[in-house]
Amino acid sequence: MTTLLKAQGISRSFGGLKALNDCNLEVEKGSITGLIGPNGSGKTTLFNVITGYVKPDAGTVTFEDDDITGFEPDKVFARGIGRTFQLTRIFGRMTVLENMLVAIQHDEGWLKGLARSKSSKVEVDNAMEWLDFVGITRLAELDAGSLSYGQRKLLELAYVLVASPDVILLDEPAGGVNLTLINQIADKIRTLNAQGKTFLIVEHNMEFVMNLCDSVTVMNQGSNLVTGKPADVRSNPLVLDAYLGGDDDEEIEVVAHG
Amino acid sequence: MFEKKNLWWLLGAAVLAVFPLIVTNPADTSIAVFTLLFMACATSWNMFSGYSGYIALGSSVFYGCGAYTMALVSIHAHMAPGAAMFWLVPLAGLVAMLVALPIGWMALRVRRHTFVVITIAIFFIFQLAAINFNFTGGTSGLALPFIQWGFSYYNVPFYYVALGLVIFITFVSAGVRRSRFGLQLLAIRDDEDRALGLGVKVTAVKIAGFTMSAFTIGMAGAVYAMFVGQIYPQFVFDPVFDISVALMAFLGGLGTLAGPLLGALILESSQQYLTVSFSNGSLYLILFGSLFLIVIMFMPRGIVPFFTDRTKRSAALKVAEANNQLAGAGAGSAQS
Amino acid sequence: MNSTALLSAAKDGILTGSVYALMATGLTLIFGVMDIINVAQGILVILGAYLSYALQVHWHIDLFIGLLITIPAMFVVGIVIERLFLGRLKGPEKTAMSILVTYAVSLLIEGALNMIFSVNDVQLQGWYVNRAFAIGSVHFGYIYVAGFVLAVGLLSSLYFMLYRTRFGVSVRASLADQTSAALVGIDVKRVSTICFGIGVAVTAAGGMIYGATNSFNASTSYDLISRLLTIIVLGGMGSLGGAMLAGVGMVFIGDMVGVIWSPIWSSMSYFVVLAVVLLFRPQGLFGKQAVRVA
Repeated sequence: MTTLLKAQGISRSFGGLKALNDCNLEVEKGSITGLIGPNGSGKTTLFNVITGYVKPDAGTVTFEDDDITGFEPDKVFARGIGRTFQLTRIFGRMTVLENMLVAIQHDEGWLKGLARSKSSKVEVDNAMEWLDFVGITRLAELDAGSLSYGQRKLLELAYVLVASPDVILLDEPAGGVNLTLINQIADKIRTLNAQGKTFLIVEHNMEFVMNLCDSVTVMNQGSNLVTGKPADVRSNPLVLDAYLGGDDDEEIEVVAHG
Repeated sequence: MFEKKNLWWLLGAAVLAVFPLIVTNPADTSIAVFTLLFMACATSWNMFSGYSGYIALGSSVFYGCGAYTMALVSIHAHMAPGAAMFWLVPLAGLVAMLVALPIGWMALRVRRHTFVVITIAIFFIFQLAAINFNFTGGTSGLALPFIQWGFSYYNVPFYYVALGLVIFITFVSAGVRRSRFGLQLLAIRDDEDRALGLGVKVTAVKIAGFTMSAFTIGMAGAVYAMFVGQIYPQFVFDPVFDISVALMAFLGGLGTLAGPLLGALILESSQQYLTVSFSNGSLYLILFGSLFLIVIMFMPRGIVPFFTDRTKRSAALKVAEANNQLAGAGAGSAQS
Repeated sequence: MNSTALLSAAKDGILTGSVYALMATGLTLIFGVMDIINVAQGILVILGAYLSYALQVHWHIDLFIGLLITIPAMFVVGIVIERLFLGRLKGPEKTAMSILVTYAVSLLIEGALNMIFSVNDVQLQGWYVNRAFAIGSVHFGYIYVAGFVLAVGLLSSLYFMLYRTRFGVSVRASLADQTSAALVGIDVKRVSTICFGIGVAVTAAGGMIYGATNSFNASTSYDLISRLLTIIVLGGMGSLGGAMLAGVGMVFIGDMVGVIWSPIWSSMSYFVVLAVVLLFRPQGLFGKQAVRVA
């Protein structure tokens, strides 16, 4: 198994707060890796460092053995790393289809872009295919801003997939959506994984993580605590300790008893 | 709805085309020329600032550069006063674009809030430069070759040239809106970082849009210089111009096509009319400011969206209803 | 180069700059807490100056004593403007809209001032306005020194409020992050309104000093606001320390340029300095990097 994405010794402070403290993470190619931990453990910050939205104070991020530390978000994206956000970020005043087109046409230079019309049939078909995959085809003409939270998550997933990234970072994909949708999302992830895509998922929903992921890393207070198979991690006393330190009661329940 | 919208455009164009043939009073056609120039400027401004959300408040830099280009070239090339000077108009536009390039490069690397203030600062640099440099004539400005076309006829060619500018920029703006370049501008407006994260070449797109918007504003400045015959730095580099252009676009509807045209039409003609009727400048300021505030309070998105939103909302409601029916009947797809 | 001239220019820069720093700090405080760019700050300074003028001319109240009236008065003016016009602004266009709204308000005030006071230039008077004392060969105008003391005093009070009072904590939290502040239970609306009031109240003091050291009328506000905006961008929008440093720095540089080259370029130097700094540091001296995180 080759390591696709690696974060080593990442540290980052905000004001006086040490959000990340010598944190390490490895993502195997073709895996679905989970990243869990109590609130404030630094999961989203780590995501932000990997995808270039935040620069680390120390440490390196490596992708396929290339150093991508401190790369701007668009360069990270160009390498084949896609990412969704916890608070979905979509283009609210454009239609769902237009959102997809922006993703599809990202390579478009401005000069040619002026001359060419908004979309070609090939692009629209491509967009519709992805919308179909996530199941929101019939929303194509609606303003993205009027979508429900769950629908936005699907849209985000769709347009991140457009560029065929090798590894996809999902920030709480199951957060705030109903059970049916959660299962659907899990299905999509499995399908894509079977096609060779690697996933790194931050989640609070323990069942989701335990059922889906090959490998789980637990973070606590800005650093990685334990890494291993879901079954091993859940019974590890260090992990229970970390959660007991906070007050994530539900998570303790699931972790301890499944 | 497609036909109805086009009818309005055709009607508007027809009215504008025959206006000076019907209304011959030079005072009125003079107001019309200024109004058309502002319509062109507002549309051009909106093409960048409205679509991208980067509110530029120094666009009179381009206006002034266009005006000074027209003046300096016509004077130093010893041009005979007359229609030949119109050839300088596109040149003035090009000069404005050349000026916009470095400004854009400098100003567009920051976020919106700072961008606004930078455009204001750059504007003041230009105004001060125009006042202090010799070749620009300093505070006494420049006098262009005097065009002798006769009193009653004078305004007409300027009217049609200005109208030409309006038609030109309207088509360009519509074209941008429909292009993928336009999509990228709109994406930048909604979430620039997201667009960047998806691989859109954000800085290049912004600079391109900014530079493009300078072209027509520069041309308008050149026409103004020719029309008025004498330019002073404080009139062509005028902070009120900056705000007016932005205001017209906001009033009409930021990011729409008809909005800036409508906004300029209403604001400029009423502004001109008010200054003529109320010789007391202060009362005019109070009225203008109040009108402004009222509009912003009641129609915060502008006139055009105020009306189109109603039609859009009913359409969206219908789609939502249809969706609910489908979702209820079909196998559980993405539920709200 | 005459060393006296240089020292004089440096002194002028610091004394006058402190007053600009005061007014700019008010402006940047408003932006930092509310995301509002108060373009009316310039005309409000003039309003403050005219208030001092009216008190002096009609009721013979000394300029400094008059501050006891004008500062609270301008505070109220600020609160009124915020409640009436700025309260409803929200959403992605909030800052852009705030520019237009405050500009409209400034037009209103300008028109009103023109009508009440006419467009003729006036200047505030007092025994200390034209007198000076000397240290060595450098002359210190009383009014300038008083202005400096006033500015330092008010800014210190502001810092005291920010760092030693509970309200100050709320303000600093809102300055750092409005959403988080709201989440921990801070009444961001109340904080905003009061900060707007404070931001405007300092214009009373700034206006009095400005009016005593320059002749002015309503249209002087354009020059003022352009300088203030330049200062806060240079310092970093939302950074109080940045506004203070930039305020003093800009005027200092302007005066030095005026002495070393020519007064004509001293106004322009403001903007050139800004342009140069922004080339290397787009967010200003102490500004926050553009927030990019989800």
